[in-house]
Amino acid sequence: MAAAPKGYDGVVITTPVTVPYTRYSPEGAAWWTGRALAELARGAGLASHREIDGFVYSSFSSAPDSAVGLTQHFGLSPRLVDFVPLGGMGAVASLRRAARAVQMGDAEIVACVAGETNGIHSFRHGLENFSRFSQDGVYPYSSGGPNVSFALMAAQYMATTGATREDFGKLCVAMRYNALRNPNALMKKPLSLDDYLGARPIAPPIHLFDCVQPCAGADGFLVMREETAKAQGLAFARLTGGIERYNGFAEDPIQLRGGWGVDVDTLYAMAGVRPDDIDVVNTYDDYPFVCMLQFEGLGFCAPGEAPEFVRAHEFTFDGSFPHNTSGGQLSVGQAGCAGGHLGVVEVLRQLTGQAGPRQVKDAKLGLVSGFGMINYDRGLGSGAVILEQGSMA
Amino acid sequence: MEGKSDMSNVLELLVGELASGAVEVVDLTFTLREDSPVIVLPPEFGESAPVRIERISRYDASGPSWYWNNLSFGEHTGTHFDAPVHWFTGRDLPCNTVDTIPVGRMVAPVCVIDVSAECAADPDFLLTRARVEAWEAEHGRIAAGHWVLMRSDWSKRSGLAYANLGEDGAHTPGPDAEVMQWLVEERDILGFGTETIGTDAGQGGHLVPPLPAHHFLHGAGRYGLQCLCGLDQLPPRGAVLMTAPLKIHEGSGSPLRVLALVPRAG
Amino acid sequence: MTTPFERPKRKDPLVRTELPLTPPGGRSRAAHLLTRAAARGQFALPRCRACGTVHFPVRDICPNCLSTEIAMAPAAAAGTLLSRTQAEVPALPYFRERAPWHVGLVQLADGPQVIAHLHPEVAVGAAVRMHLKLDKAGQAVLYAAPKTAEVDLMTDPKWREMVAHPLHRRVLITDARHFATPAIVKALKAAGARKIRLGVPEAWKPFREAPLYDGIEGVEILPLDLTSDRSVFDYASDYGGTTEIVINTADRVRAGQTLQPGTLLPAQEMMEHIAFGPMRLAQALAPALIGRGADGPAAAAAWVNLLSIHALAPLPGHMGWSAAHAAAHAFSQGLRAELLQGGVKLINLYSGPTEDPWFQTMIPPKVNGAALARGIVKALTEGLEELDIGPVAQELRERLDANPKAVERELGQS
Repeated sequence: MAAAPKGYDGVVITTPVTVPYTRYSPEGAAWWTGRALAELARGAGLASHREIDGFVYSSFSSAPDSAVGLTQHFGLSPRLVDFVPLGGMGAVASLRRAARAVQMGDAEIVACVAGETNGIHSFRHGLENFSRFSQDGVYPYSSGGPNVSFALMAAQYMATTGATREDFGKLCVAMRYNALRNPNALMKKPLSLDDYLGARPIAPPIHLFDCVQPCAGADGFLVMREETAKAQGLAFARLTGGIERYNGFAEDPIQLRGGWGVDVDTLYAMAGVRPDDIDVVNTYDDYPFVCMLQFEGLGFCAPGEAPEFVRAHEFTFDGSFPHNTSGGQLSVGQAGCAGGHLGVVEVLRQLTGQAGPRQVKDAKLGLVSGFGMINYDRGLGSGAVILEQGSMA
Repeated sequence: MEGKSDMSNVLELLVGELASGAVEVVDLTFTLREDSPVIVLPPEFGESAPVRIERISRYDASGPSWYWNNLSFGEHTGTHFDAPVHWFTGRDLPCNTVDTIPVGRMVAPVCVIDVSAECAADPDFLLTRARVEAWEAEHGRIAAGHWVLMRSDWSKRSGLAYANLGEDGAHTPGPDAEVMQWLVEERDILGFGTETIGTDAGQGGHLVPPLPAHHFLHGAGRYGLQCLCGLDQLPPRGAVLMTAPLKIHEGSGSPLRVLALVPRAG
Repeated sequence: MTTPFERPKRKDPLVRTELPLTPPGGRSRAAHLLTRAAARGQFALPRCRACGTVHFPVRDICPNCLSTEIAMAPAAAAGTLLSRTQAEVPALPYFRERAPWHVGLVQLADGPQVIAHLHPEVAVGAAVRMHLKLDKAGQAVLYAAPKTAEVDLMTDPKWREMVAHPLHRRVLITDARHFATPAIVKALKAAGARKIRLGVPEAWKPFREAPLYDGIEGVEILPLDLTSDRSVFDYASDYGGTTEIVINTADRVRAGQTLQPGTLLPAQEMMEHIAFGPMRLAQALAPALIGRGADGPAAAAAWVNLLSIHALAPLPGHMGWSAAHAAAHAFSQGLRAELLQGGVKLINLYSGPTEDPWFQTMIPPKVNGAALARGIVKALTEGLEELDIGPVAQELRERLDANPKAVERELGQS
């Protein structure tokens, strides 16, 4: 058994920014990323964005640039750069790296940004070039991309747990309800359960409203020491726990659980809380059944019992289990790696009272989980962070 | 002097006759085609390449404004000329290759012996001395330096019927040994020509000596013509053949255009 | 779910012919370990030579022990279907035109789980029979079929895309004077070929086998000489639009060593017949084949070459002939890449000396017409790219794989 990780004492997260998503964009990833950086500097009241001395960047569409090349593009001179194009794991990974850097003094103010563009053919190119195993072993089989891989998992998840499309639909309908209170969401029309059930099949059991809409956009946040945030007068949340796991449970023939189960006890032990204590949860929702894997993996219910859990709760921001209160990727849009940052930014807004009409009442403790990188037949990455509302006192 | 001036008038007269149609130019040549039959020998011997016409360009990417072909063939394909060197009997003679044959011999009078009826009845018909003597009785003695052409109407056949290959080889008409020796030695002919794939009969390999036309003609420095056509347009005598083979270095023969000048009765 | 594959109707000239599309052709270099097995109809999986772990997709290095010694090993073509779906709106037009496209996750008997093309009639939990096939892009893919023998795979359009079955197709046999032609015609008829055209070169020579084909429905005898530009052009003009499979039987066997007098011209003629002839035909006909690669359910499908294994290592005493086959082999590999633009397969059969009369003095075993015919139909119906016919070819292939230099010395001394 590995030693328990040290806490992230004194590290806080502030300044959630979103560059509103668009379906397609003729601009490059640098344009989207730079705008997020400008918003971060402005939001944090920095005299110049050059005060940012750490840059942790996530993107699938920045090629040929990496984070280092972009420092020149943006006129940054950071002493810490990291490039974490980890999709649904990008935000959790960025936050953990930034937090340790700040904690240990390697950087003062770290900007964690996901910036992504989306051209007409970007999605297909992304599928084609996603990974070597995908190129060799998935894309030649109908080019269905993640829809097909997740359909194969979802079908088996339904068969094993008794989950129904109604269960998935309930989550999607709740997310749309939340999204209608988020001006940045691309989806503007209400979604009923009938709409959900009546949607056209994409790769059964995956239907239209189980799929995210790829788009362009950027999200970002700042990681700094608590005293810095206080000096700048910024609302903040503390990072109290964080886990990552890659290629967990590799021996499972088909993925019916993510890697959270390996590390979940560590997560709650670090934060000193129990699942019941969490006020707002943001899962990585590339498909609704993946949310259910996270409910199980993160201890909100026992393995295989997510269908019951879903039936027992309401998932709107004002419900018994506020979940994906921004509307999630399913209703806001999936801006590549920014899709992973959406959850951190949203929970940060909730904990700092910036969520407007979808504000969860008395949200003090939030959990954001990440998932992703479907390399071949399963999502390889899984992780989560727990954030706690900070007080200015 | 006057005699000389008369001689130069001959060509002028000829040109006039050609223009008036009193002398006609008749083409005795098959079109040289890729599907032209070629002599078939037992395949353990070397084989003649067939005629191949391969396009270099035809107003296309390989030549936008021009059309031309590459051409290849064996020396003995299509309507062609056999030089004495073609046969072992003529191997040591002077001027026995197509490039050394005196050009004066390339224009010569011709006798045409019509045996088409006999050939129609018997594809293995052999021309005999008696048959030629009968022709002479009707048309006069064959003079020295003449071509003798055997009209079989075989050229009116095509493809399978023209090659007429059976399981025992080709069945096409030709001369027998005696008539060939006689024509060469007693009539001093310039050469012998046929409408079939050889100057010899299809079964001529079984005569004594084998392939007598080749044997006697070339052994005496005479020439062969084969795969001729249009012989039915020639009179029994009185026409002149023009037979200029390609000037191939040490060539044993070559495809050629055979033309006949034929006087037409007014 | 599936329907029998009926003979397609004649073309409607008012309807635009579908242009050929292909599935994704990009693969890692390591993934091409599968290509060779698929090309030869073997079911094999990557296996670590150091620890024996079988894995998938093909890796550069063993996930169990990090050895780089990865090689293909014969594997059980068996598995269990873990899950299935069908892509209804795939991203690539090739699949979208053919949707729904059934895909399954299969637990292989030898260990790994794989995503595979799936026959529609397999239920989750059922045993499957696995095939390693070449798809329309010529790339290796896995196909999971029902284990029961009763299911006719030809009822699955996806399967039909991966094979070049003669069923309902019109076939050209380029040189009907080839000694195996009667056997090939018989085998193709049995496999359901709709029409078999027999090209006869040098039509002025008797075609004595013609009566063998009297009364066989769909057999047509016509002149075709691959050594003639005009003849090939004439064939392509008449039948380019209605030829779906080409069986190239061009051959011309003449003995001769390199230094033996009199062997150059025969070698040249062999080159003309064996190498240039098919190349000439390809120039005239292949564009039509490529263009018709998606022309209905019995679209243009394959070009089959009857080559000698001595294309790869010369037969003593037959240098010119071996060289001509080597040239034909080299041409064929170039042609393969071009035909794949239309999803048309190029199939090479490699045989040892055959019962061609010109091999009279060769010591048996020799390949007879029936064996060649079986090989052709096997390669077409299974969608193979390479097949060795007969023990001589198979043995020589093994020796070549093991040590080509040894083969060169051994043949040189024989």
